[in-house]
Amino acid sequence: MAKFVGKSFKRVEDPRFLQGQGKYVSNLQRPGMAYVAIARSPHAHADIKGIDASAALELDGVVAVFTGQDLIDGGVGQLPCGWVVPDCKIPERWPVVPDRARHVGDAVAVVVADNPYVAEDALELIEVDYEPLPVSMGARATTEYRAQQIHSEIPNNTAYSWALGDEDGMRRAFVEAAHVVELDLINQRLIPNAMEPRACMAEWDDTMEEMTVWTTSQNPHPIRLLLSGFTLGIPENKLRVISPDVGGGFGSKIFHYPEEIIVPWVARAINRPAKWVATRSESFMTDSQGRDHVTNVRMAMDATGTITGLHVQTWADQGAYLSTFAPLIPTALSITLFSGLYKIPGIWGEMKGTLTNTVPVDAYRGAGRPEASYLLERIVEKGAQKMGMDPIAFRRHNLIPADEFPYQTPVAFQYDSGNYQGLFDKLEEISGYGDLREEQKSKRAEGKLWGVGVSGCIEASGPAPSAVAGSLGSAVGFWESGTVRVHPTGKVTALTGSHAHGQGHETTFAQILADELNIPLEDIEVVHGDTGRVPFGMGTYGSRSAAVGGSALVRSATRVREKMTKIAAHQMESRPEDVYFDDETGNIRVQGATDEGMSFFEVALAAYTAHDLPPDIEPGLEETAFFDPSNFTFPNSAHIAVVSIDRETGEVTLEKYFGVDDVGKVINPMIVDGQLVGGVAQGVGQALWEHGIYGEDGQLLTGSMMDYAMPRADRFPQIETDRIETPSPTNPLGVKGAGEMGTIAATVTVANAVVDALAPLGVDHVEMPFTAERIWQTIQAHS
Amino acid sequence: MYPPNFNYVRAGSVAEALSLIASEDDAKFLAGGHSLVPAMKLRLDAPGTLIDIGRIDDLRGISYGSGDENDCIGPLTTHSTIASSNLAAALVEAAGGIGDPQVRNRGTIGGNIAHADPASDLPTVLTALGATIRVENPSSARNIEAASFFTGLFETSLEENELITVIAVPREGAGTGSAYAKLFNPASRYAVVGACASVTVNNGVVSRARVAVGGLTPMATRCGSVEAALEGRSTDAINGASAQVASDVGDDILEDIHASAEYRLGVIPVYVERALQAACARAAG
Ligand SMILES: Cc1cc2nc3c(=O)[nH]c(=O)nc-3n(C[C@H](O)[C@H](O)[C@H](O)COP(=O)(O)OP(=O)(O)OC[C@H]3O[C@@H](n4cnc5c(N)ncnc54)[C@H](O)[C@@H]3O)c2cc1C
Repeated sequence: MAKFVGKSFKRVEDPRFLQGQGKYVSNLQRPGMAYVAIARSPHAHADIKGIDASAALELDGVVAVFTGQDLIDGGVGQLPCGWVVPDCKIPERWPVVPDRARHVGDAVAVVVADNPYVAEDALELIEVDYEPLPVSMGARATTEYRAQQIHSEIPNNTAYSWALGDEDGMRRAFVEAAHVVELDLINQRLIPNAMEPRACMAEWDDTMEEMTVWTTSQNPHPIRLLLSGFTLGIPENKLRVISPDVGGGFGSKIFHYPEEIIVPWVARAINRPAKWVATRSESFMTDSQGRDHVTNVRMAMDATGTITGLHVQTWADQGAYLSTFAPLIPTALSITLFSGLYKIPGIWGEMKGTLTNTVPVDAYRGAGRPEASYLLERIVEKGAQKMGMDPIAFRRHNLIPADEFPYQTPVAFQYDSGNYQGLFDKLEEISGYGDLREEQKSKRAEGKLWGVGVSGCIEASGPAPSAVAGSLGSAVGFWESGTVRVHPTGKVTALTGSHAHGQGHETTFAQILADELNIPLEDIEVVHGDTGRVPFGMGTYGSRSAAVGGSALVRSATRVREKMTKIAAHQMESRPEDVYFDDETGNIRVQGATDEGMSFFEVALAAYTAHDLPPDIEPGLEETAFFDPSNFTFPNSAHIAVVSIDRETGEVTLEKYFGVDDVGKVINPMIVDGQLVGGVAQGVGQALWEHGIYGEDGQLLTGSMMDYAMPRADRFPQIETDRIETPSPTNPLGVKGAGEMGTIAATVTVANAVVDALAPLGVDHVEMPFTAERIWQTIQAHS
Repeated sequence: MYPPNFNYVRAGSVAEALSLIASEDDAKFLAGGHSLVPAMKLRLDAPGTLIDIGRIDDLRGISYGSGDENDCIGPLTTHSTIASSNLAAALVEAAGGIGDPQVRNRGTIGGNIAHADPASDLPTVLTALGATIRVENPSSARNIEAASFFTGLFETSLEENELITVIAVPREGAGTGSAYAKLFNPASRYAVVGACASVTVNNGVVSRARVAVGGLTPMATRCGSVEAALEGRSTDAINGASAQVASDVGDDILEDIHASAEYRLGVIPVYVERALQAACARAAG
């Protein structure tokens, strides 16, 4: 019956994107619209002694200037944190700071003008009297007792401490260990850089008292909930949030941002539509950032190289405030993955969430799981080295066997399905692993630095069973909604609470429904991103859309089929159990009957004309379902990277890349490949180039594309991907997440390759990113 | 990112451009706009008037000399035009390695050298090749040797009312070869360090060598000691000469988040060496 699922259909959204017809917030206009620009703190930490806006207000075209206090007096609320681990201290956070700025880019005043040029001119005329304060920097250093306190209510700049696992088991493992390996490592700060900068537009209807907000969000309903319940105070039935085409998110567009409050607040205050679009500089200093963990990891092994224990202590820099989901990332999305693909009895993970005078840190593609895979696969690599074992052989020795699923780890999660040995079988095959090691021998004999890096990674995707999320600190549930609306003519509108910002849901969700309803792909339109059109939904992140959003649609479609079956049976005077959807003709027919049966259209029309329905059937043909998964899904992967290093200059070149992934059942192979390859590129970016660098004074030193190095296509070899499929039993589609695996795996794969290349010099660890200078310094220090 | 207000005028000819620069207050020429416009958007620069020279066809294109004559490059010639030209090999190579295709399609050689970014590639190359830059003001014209055109960090000997009109580069005859080698800044692709060598080889012996480096010094720097160490040497015995670069670059070595001074000094001999080897190979034909 799968005519559509499993095939590479071209993306139906692409014609409009390729023709420049995407509807992005910054393209939208409303009559009489005013433009908002935001004065931002140039200091990482400063008291605001006064703001003089008189010169700005005199400028022709300036409509108004507002301070933080104006917004507070005007009723805005603080930005809440939506994930609270036990004893978590949540710092005050106002959309525009009234008295103190805590990172470069903190909003200090708001300018409203007739056009964006005047708004920017006015910014330069606002005089803010700052009294700079000492800053506190560094995920771990900020907790030292002499460190500058950032929020008076949060001692030691430590917002929370969290731990998970089996502490006694871990201790026993280290006492009994034959071998112990240890690493100190840093997972550096990243800056997401979606192609489309954040933007927000709002229109207030004074007579209806209704607000419409257009925002670049991955999840418009939760944003409406937060605006309504916490920050703006307009009731949900009077507030519509639209998130139209969005040009990339990578996590950074999940969160509730100050500008989403400022812009609608201004629109109501001046009774005029208003819009703000981030400049790229603003993106660098206000989009939530990623990673920034400082870690000590120790691993215990027995005499045969079996891993028996793992102890991890991490300091996670959360920036100056706790962003919407910040405490989730280092805790329930990271420690829970410390078992990796392996059977490790004694795991104990400890995490401190700390505050610094930097841009807040929250989920960024992979969110917690790249941090977990990085530390685990680095220490596993070191374990293999210590045991003198080939890295794949060492991993195979410790893998969870295929017949032990579902597998309960000591860190809360129960893995759904997998065939980890099978992953490595395929990886060895497609990469020619044996030959690679031979090639390495001859390169080394020539004195070349040439490394082969291996990784085996797991992730938890498709969040989440709502009850589990609740028990781990979430303020919300993580189900998804899906509505299938069959129109009288038989055409279908599907409404999903998932949000696409590059993932291609308009195509893949239509593929799913085309199979479920046995109708052509082009008869289905997928609608998302508008709280005025779509039932409450939780949005897209954590590689959840197919597993949770797709499943909700499957459920709705199943109900539609059931209803159509009953109507058709009634009209064809037979029993529902004898009625079937015929793949070949697309008709709804009676088992054994020779006639054509009824077309999909005829049954749909019958549901609406309602001239002749069974007595227990209501008119209409529309079903809504909410799907709350029974578990996460656990995509897994085995990857290999090959790098060469220029001994004289330290430059690293990625020579080859192979990835085998198990993302469960695949809906559209082309789209999955795109997700994986893009994810790999992003992961390689972290390993080789990307680093959000702050000076000791808290200044952001990588505030533009001229200094923050993004991955570029011409630095990549062909990325060879392949798959194995073990369907997930936790959702009707059998799918797992595909959006983050590439990123989760690639960073550490490249790191292992670079360390492997340098191993002949006696190197066993180098911090990322592997810039030419860092590698050159390492070579100098080891020769 | 919106620049502050400015006036815009388009010059139809060199004469008009020169009279506009004399009459307009606080004016600047606009060529490809790839250094000036970003600076304006960041509000680091705020000229009162932009004089767009971009449509003055006389300033665009390459005229190749014959015999001993120089090749003459109009200042509006884009990096991508140069990258696919028959000019000196090092210049072609350097232009092809600038930024990315968009930058190469808009950015011009005139704008590049007038801007004099220490990380730019072309100042290093023009210095090594011994180029001459012709500049004109409303009443006169003068020729400036590349080596004295660049005077410091973002500084040149160009006066405010002067327009670059020609960049003259010696032709590479038989027995002469040049090459450019650089370490790319992974973000911008400017040179963290760059080295250019131009050599003439007779019977396997280096009879003339000109070497310049950039990226690590406030301006492109000619390397007299390296050159002296090379001249008269056989091309298969040139290694070692590049080590002399340390005594040519002085002690004002640039340092930023991309590279320490130590690293720049540490690897510049490698790039000099690579440029020299490639230049010698090209000279040998
Ligand atoms: C992303 C990016 C990457 C880059 N990477 C590199 C790189 O790798 N290597 C490199 O060398 N460069 C690089 N550049 C700079 C690029 O080469 C610019 O194009 C060049 O520096 C300026 O040329 P332009 O024509 O754009 O000049 P404009 O920006 O128009 O002008 C620059 C300055 O020159 C003056 N000017 C222009 N023409 C004349 C003239 N004929 N006479 C007198 N003054 C004049 C202008 O008044 C202005 O002050 C990069 C730029 C960008 C944006």
